[in-house]
Amino acid sequence: MKLKKHQVFLFGLALLAGMVAFAPMSYAGNSQPTVRTFRIEASQFAFDPGEISVNPGDTVQIELVSKDVVHGLYVDNYGISVTADPGQTAKLTFVADKAGSFRMRCNVTCGAMHPFMLGKLNVGSNIRLYRSFGMAFIGILASFVFFYTERGKQKI
Amino acid sequence: MNKFELTRFAFIKAALKNRFPQLALIVLFLVGFLFAIMAGILGTPVGNRNFSIVFVWIAWWAVLILVVVPFFGRGWCAVCPIPVVGDWLQRGAVLEPASKKNKWLNLRVPAKFRNMWLQNLSFILVALFSSVILTTPSVTSAVLATLLFLGIGLSMVFERRAFCRYLCPVGGFIGLYAQTSPTELRIKDKKLCAKCSDKPCYNGSQRGAGCPWDVFPGGLTKNTYCGLCLECIRTCPYDNIAVNLRPFSADLEKPSGRLDEAFKAFIMLGAAMVYAYVFMGSNGIVKLAAYQVFTPAWFTYAAGFLALLLLLLPGSFWLAVKIGNVSLPVSGKRFATASTALIPLGLMFWVAFSLSFVLTNATYILAVISDPLGLGWNLFATASIAWQPMLSALVTPTQTLVLVGGLIWSVRTAQKTAPQVGVSAIPVAAYCLAASLLMLRLLI
Repeated sequence: MKLKKHQVFLFGLALLAGMVAFAPMSYAGNSQPTVRTFRIEASQFAFDPGEISVNPGDTVQIELVSKDVVHGLYVDNYGISVTADPGQTAKLTFVADKAGSFRMRCNVTCGAMHPFMLGKLNVGSNIRLYRSFGMAFIGILASFVFFYTERGKQKI
Repeated sequence: MNKFELTRFAFIKAALKNRFPQLALIVLFLVGFLFAIMAGILGTPVGNRNFSIVFVWIAWWAVLILVVVPFFGRGWCAVCPIPVVGDWLQRGAVLEPASKKNKWLNLRVPAKFRNMWLQNLSFILVALFSSVILTTPSVTSAVLATLLFLGIGLSMVFERRAFCRYLCPVGGFIGLYAQTSPTELRIKDKKLCAKCSDKPCYNGSQRGAGCPWDVFPGGLTKNTYCGLCLECIRTCPYDNIAVNLRPFSADLEKPSGRLDEAFKAFIMLGAAMVYAYVFMGSNGIVKLAAYQVFTPAWFTYAAGFLALLLLLLPGSFWLAVKIGNVSLPVSGKRFATASTALIPLGLMFWVAFSLSFVLTNATYILAVISDPLGLGWNLFATASIAWQPMLSALVTPTQTLVLVGGLIWSVRTAQKTAPQVGVSAIPVAAYCLAASLLMLRLLI
């Protein structure tokens, strides 16, 4: 089966997009790693602050304080967690050795909206988001180049 | 257009013509559906430990939006248990065709309701309360039971499947997105339909029921309103109905230009964005506002939700269409035709959003299989499996590909459809780009 030109084009574009989307995040940072401490208050159904940012290589110390019921804090991709009893503070320390943006989740059932109790850990800038913006612009541009090329051929 | 007839294979045709495989699936899902209602009432109020929440909003939803709708269109409607009891009562039989004498009122749905507006309304109603419905077993039970009784009640009053066709909150968006799926049910030869005088596919015969979806297969050009009940395959005396494989989004090349369908597209697009912000974001105030229904905060949330879905998104799209050709008035037909591009975009928004919570919460399925009511059972020794997000490293890159792919798909659709009504595709593409960038920001 012979592929048509536009199928080869689309396949190539999809392959390139896949490579960009799944390419690992660069770790290189231009700042000296430091120890960053955050006090995060957990209450139904939010973390406060909901978003924390560190530099790659920083040592992150999280003091999780539960304001009402038992809450947990699990960091996606890092696979680490901590649990805090009501009124208590629990500590989680780790090195932010993975760059990108990661969700923090409550991992102790804490009420109806528990599955959606989320926060965010930013390690460095959110490169993946910028990459996705770039892909979106390139994709839209490619589809218009393709469209006008095809239309030009049809007119000829 | 390239099509490949699947029913040319004898085993596929036999499986589709035979009512028992379909009936077996329907009965299985009906049992599950009734069990979900019961679990919501009798089981634990903890949502992620209750069958009704985990199997409806994680397992069923994942299969529906990630697999069935994109690849099989209305495949779910073919086996959906909600209308089946009403169907049986309406026909007075489980497998046999209806008798000539009507058992119930058998009224025709009034013409002003024969569109998607009621489905738009029912979806919005469910969506406004979704924070409670998705997380509270008893409320999920109430919603499921309401849908079941509405299905039964409408079957007693109106002919055919009035509930599925005009009211089901799920059926509306499945129908909209089914246009993108690579499977379709169509006739093989129009001439055969023209010479067929009895039209048993629509009117029914001894071989089976007339189309429950009120569709004449001979005139079928889109997947939107064909519920894949397969009755026409069984009733056609000329063996003139086929199930085909076809390119994705084949139906979108000739848009219907209907405003009810256009608003369905806006509602779905906006709801996916709101859900991404509320459920996947870190703003606890908004989460609480969405959850605490009938409080002042919820009314503010509801007003914002409605304003986005019904004013802001359609209004800014109207502007895009106007910019696309300033010399032409933006008629309903022009607006609706140009909005066809939002169908693949919306579907991909929902796929991307669903990936966020489905893979994260999939381990609850294993625990709930063993303890569906949260009563401490351990039927399959999986009850104590701890929550653990699955494939979390792959979620974000996959969402990126889905959203960017959806954007390109929608732009390609805009390039084919907008010029049909004299509108440039560029402002429509810019609208899709802006929506996609926002969705990327919300999810990644």
